Amino acid sequence: MKAKFSSFLQHKWSQVILFSVFIAVTSSALYFSQKSVVSFLLLLASLLVLHYMNLKKVTKWIVAAGLLFFLIPFASSGGPAFQSYMEVATMVGIYISMALGLNIVVGMAGLLDLGFVAFFAVGAYSYSIFATPQASNFMPFGVYPLGGESFWAFLIIGGICAAIAGVLIGVPVLRVKGDYLAIVTLGFGEIIRIVFNNLDRPINFTGGAMGISSVTPPKIFGIELVFPNQFYFVTLVILLFTIFAVLRLEHSKLGRSWKAVRENEIAAQAMGIPLVKTKLLAFALGATFSGMMGVVFAAKQAFIDPTSFTLMESFTILVMVVLGGMGSVPGVILGAAVVTVLNLQVLTELTNWVNQLSLNGIVSIPDALSPAKMQKFIFGAILVLFALYRPKGLIPSKNKIFDASKLKVSKKTEDIENKDSVVVENEKVQV
Amino acid sequence: MDILEVTNLTKEFGGLTANKDVSMNVKEGSITAVIGPNGAGKTTFFNMITGVYQPTAGEIKLKGQSIVGLKPDEVAKKGISRTFQNIRLFGEMSVIENVLVGMHNHLKTSLFGIFLSLPNTKKEELQAEQEAYRLLEYFELSHLINEKANNLSYGAQRKLEIARALATQPKLILLDEPAAGMNPKETKELTDIIKRMGKEFGVTILLIEHDMKLVMELSEQIFVLDHGEKIAEGNPEAIRTNPKVIEAYLGSAAVQ
Repeated sequence: MKAKFSSFLQHKWSQVILFSVFIAVTSSALYFSQKSVVSFLLLLASLLVLHYMNLKKVTKWIVAAGLLFFLIPFASSGGPAFQSYMEVATMVGIYISMALGLNIVVGMAGLLDLGFVAFFAVGAYSYSIFATPQASNFMPFGVYPLGGESFWAFLIIGGICAAIAGVLIGVPVLRVKGDYLAIVTLGFGEIIRIVFNNLDRPINFTGGAMGISSVTPPKIFGIELVFPNQFYFVTLVILLFTIFAVLRLEHSKLGRSWKAVRENEIAAQAMGIPLVKTKLLAFALGATFSGMMGVVFAAKQAFIDPTSFTLMESFTILVMVVLGGMGSVPGVILGAAVVTVLNLQVLTELTNWVNQLSLNGIVSIPDALSPAKMQKFIFGAILVLFALYRPKGLIPSKNKIFDASKLKVSKKTEDIENKDSVVVENEKVQV
Repeated sequence: MDILEVTNLTKEFGGLTANKDVSMNVKEGSITAVIGPNGAGKTTFFNMITGVYQPTAGEIKLKGQSIVGLKPDEVAKKGISRTFQNIRLFGEMSVIENVLVGMHNHLKTSLFGIFLSLPNTKKEELQAEQEAYRLLEYFELSHLINEKANNLSYGAQRKLEIARALATQPKLILLDEPAAGMNPKETKELTDIIKRMGKEFGVTILLIEHDMKLVMELSEQIFVLDHGEKIAEGNPEAIRTNPKVIEAYLGSAAVQ
């Protein structure tokens, strides 16, 4: 019976039918009911189910795109919580992108970076400074704030700024290894935050601890983007670009050289891989994705200050990578989604619920124990549990599977080639 | 013609002299062995050639060009590749990926090509994979291509290291105790492979080995190090009967 059931689940069409039913139920529940957090989360989880389905890659991507671009925004639009769902989804996208960036550094290249949020900050500030009157404090030419159209250019500029910051920090930092690297990056992460915190004197670059407010909203075709559901699509496009780029990188010459450096530096170098350059590239590319999302974050919040870029943020991103599975792209996506949803949705919902209970006088829980304040405790517990029971993360990284039959060159031509080359070499030796 | 010319190479670690005035010339296309007791400075010598250590004094020339002062990856680009005494594979990567890493410098694609997956990049990648597969076939590892390098048997790991080193298309390959830890059957196989490999890949082989049967069968020229100094050089027959070598290393049993 059990075997029959599992073979039924393995079958492609039964999977497709079950999946469609699942989506239909969750999305209609989300659309029609008033209070529908669970169905929203289940609908997001359908993407995970999709990952494990027995379908072709292309089909999966098309279905995922359909879900993300149409069904999820449409289904959430039914209730009053539409914008808050979109806000959560946008933040999930931003964090996934950052976690994927950090995954290049920590997961693939094996460089433990505890100051990763610094690059996010660089991206965020690069847009904020120029999209507010702030820039006129030090720029001799031009009119500031720049218009909302500049946002699109700043996606690239922010990425480049972050990449430059990555290289600048990387050059001194990459002289040390392992634990020392972690400490030094932690220091640099804090340095960047403190620099932004204090760069309001003598010339006011960053607004100091006051931060920068009323950042110009992005504009496209004359439409100003201000609502979370609009940013959702911006984030989604950048996120898909990021995933695409990371997947390409992973199985390229570069991805292999990162992994080689992670596995054994001395051997990697003996194979002709330049260590410093390879590590710097990991830093720079990881930072780029983070910087781009920094720009989106600044535009979405319309206000940034140094408190958004604390050490805790760096840890959060690292938790996402470790939880999901270091070096595994689907794992890191899942890890980032789980942690963000936990932070923004589950913990706040739980807090509301607990507050409700204590208001009704059923139980009284002191404010200090409210779930929203237990974030650090929960992260700590997650890390300990994963280190003990699932050290490779939710979805452990896998090597690419090569198909031997495609790599075989037909035997005859190969033999002829070999003979020729041997003859040529023999002649060389004799000469 | 000599592919490698080493003159008066000296390495001091603080007060300890690991290599002292070592000179040796390696003929192109030959198989040459470096032997000597443990602690004689053989691996240090290899490490200086490959740029892991910088010599205190002396000169190393590859095809007449000095390679002193180059970093290990630059030495690799010049055409010297190596294996390690304590195996250093990329353990979590698959067997074929290990070989593909060896081809790093022969893949010309740019970051741009990787992102856009340009036809050139794809073609180059496929060719590299086929080449890697062929190398693994040569070493009889082709049925293991998707296996993690860590999961391989000891002998297979040793062979994979040689395959990976060959993937860099070296002119000179340094094998640091390739038969260490192998059983007699594996050693015999390895001996055959090394013998063929030099000719078929057009590569000069310089090896450190303690297995005298392998050394005597393979090498055209043998250098003997003891306490960091070269005490003898010559063909296997001359080394076998050299009284200095017998005293320092071989022991009298080898003469019979």
